[in-house]
Amino acid sequence: MLSRIRAVPLLRQYVLCLLAVALVASGCFLAQDYMGHRVAALVLLMTVSVLAMLFRIGPVLASAAVSALVWNFFFIPPVFTFHIVSAEDLLMFLMYFVVASVNAVLSLKIRQAERRAQDKEQKEKAIALYNTVLNSLSHELRTPITAIIGGVDALQQGGHRLSADQRAELLAGIDAASERLDRQVGDLLDMGRLESGTLAPKRDWCDVNEVISGVVHRATGPGGPMHFVADPTLPLFKLDEGLLVTVLRNLVDNALRYTAGAVQLAATFSEGGCTITVADEGPGIAPAEREHVFEKFHRGEGVRTGGSGLGLSIVKGFVGAQGGTVTLSANVPAGAIFTVRIPAETSFISNLKHE
Amino acid sequence: MSKASLLVIDDEPAIQRLLGITLGSEGFHVQQASTAKEGVLMAANHPPDLILLDIGLPDRSGHDLLKELRGWYNKAILILSVQDSEADIVRALDNGATDYITKPFRTGELLARIRSAIRRNAVGTERSLIVSGELEIDLAARAVKRAGAFVKLTATEYDLLALFARNEGRVLTHHFLLKEVWGVGYQEQTQYLRVFVRALRKKLEEDPERPLHIMTESGVGYRFV
Repeated sequence: MLSRIRAVPLLRQYVLCLLAVALVASGCFLAQDYMGHRVAALVLLMTVSVLAMLFRIGPVLASAAVSALVWNFFFIPPVFTFHIVSAEDLLMFLMYFVVASVNAVLSLKIRQAERRAQDKEQKEKAIALYNTVLNSLSHELRTPITAIIGGVDALQQGGHRLSADQRAELLAGIDAASERLDRQVGDLLDMGRLESGTLAPKRDWCDVNEVISGVVHRATGPGGPMHFVADPTLPLFKLDEGLLVTVLRNLVDNALRYTAGAVQLAATFSEGGCTITVADEGPGIAPAEREHVFEKFHRGEGVRTGGSGLGLSIVKGFVGAQGGTVTLSANVPAGAIFTVRIPAETSFISNLKHE
Repeated sequence: MSKASLLVIDDEPAIQRLLGITLGSEGFHVQQASTAKEGVLMAANHPPDLILLDIGLPDRSGHDLLKELRGWYNKAILILSVQDSEADIVRALDNGATDYITKPFRTGELLARIRSAIRRNAVGTERSLIVSGELEIDLAARAVKRAGAFVKLTATEYDLLALFARNEGRVLTHHFLLKEVWGVGYQEQTQYLRVFVRALRKKLEEDPERPLHIMTESGVGYRFV
């Protein structure tokens, strides 16, 4: 509310302040029979104080000056002149002017202090996040790099003492570490695209069944079997296939990393778009955790590392970039279900008359 | 096949070293250029059987270089590109690149792409019978057999399949396919392509969800193998 008032253009702030003064002054003028001109001064002073809380310094000082003159002209006897007879009234007029101005200046200072405190808090938050990013990154990136450097050293220096099996094992380790490093760099690039705000979805007609099958058949790593039964009546959707592939790959990787049970995928047409679910039979995610899993570098209690810690926040960002949502719920009897909903233009020409 | 010659145009010494060793050990004759200028000179002096072109060169846009090379060089050009640059890849393919591979690549895949592209250099005269696994496509008779049995295709399905088969192993962009099969003005109608590819897979693939012949190149196009 306050920030919205402060966003009002300066000229309009002047108009609003002066209008408020005019309104209150007219009220006091009409009620003059019931209150003395000194009470009217207090009412006007209060008005300036309230304005000082809401508006910028310029309009407030202006209303302080104008209200002092208005009070002088309309209320201090003799009325309808700027002339002041009694010494007391003259003193009061001067004091009015000073108090109103001090009011305006003090409010400004308080506001500045508030803003500084807010800035500081934000800066501290940013630094904390940056530190989390750095810690997480240096750990997640250095682990595979260590495996690669170590593996190469072992092969270079102890090559002749190693058996063929040991050599093959070291090479496989280097291979796996390189793939892991590549995935993490990919995640970082995706995150960079998201945070730079340059992510513009390129929508085109997309066979979601085909996309899911592709992701399912390319998935690697430990974890249980994956099931996907394509619904032949599913229409085509106009959405960004590249983003969808990344979203599904991250969800599937996540499911495979944390569960040993089966992973079930499904795609359905729902009013106005496409709904895809990825359900696992793992330990599930506690309700209190659910809102945090999409945060960057968030990791559940006691879970294995190995990912970049960015997967699910990329999912949320890429789905959101297409105007969609991703939600998390509990599977029955155990596990988690991620539901992705993306609004999209739909085409049922799948049953196009074949020519 | 006699020893094929390759020209690698890439500014990264690490990539050059790697490709020099791997391609050399596979029996290719390898020339290496680290700038566009050097690459054009080498290609003109000793025209290779295939050019491996990095799209991100320091001295000149790889796209420009590709266009210039295509002015007089008609053998295979394989584009080396980084991931997540489908728009770049599509542009290069539409400008006459034979194929592409993204960094980081696996050596096995690179070699397969190189061999397939060089093989297609040699196939000057069009074959009329294309056999791929259990699939048999007789372009002269306009007949398609799967595991010995005739497959009934609609006219458009056949046109699309014939186009795929004539470009076996090569990635074809959505635009190219739509223009060739449906005609100019249909380049944006990708939903037709999705529907007809789905129909073809249903008729030709053992498991349409796990195709072995009509492969999807996400965001780029399709490849028939």
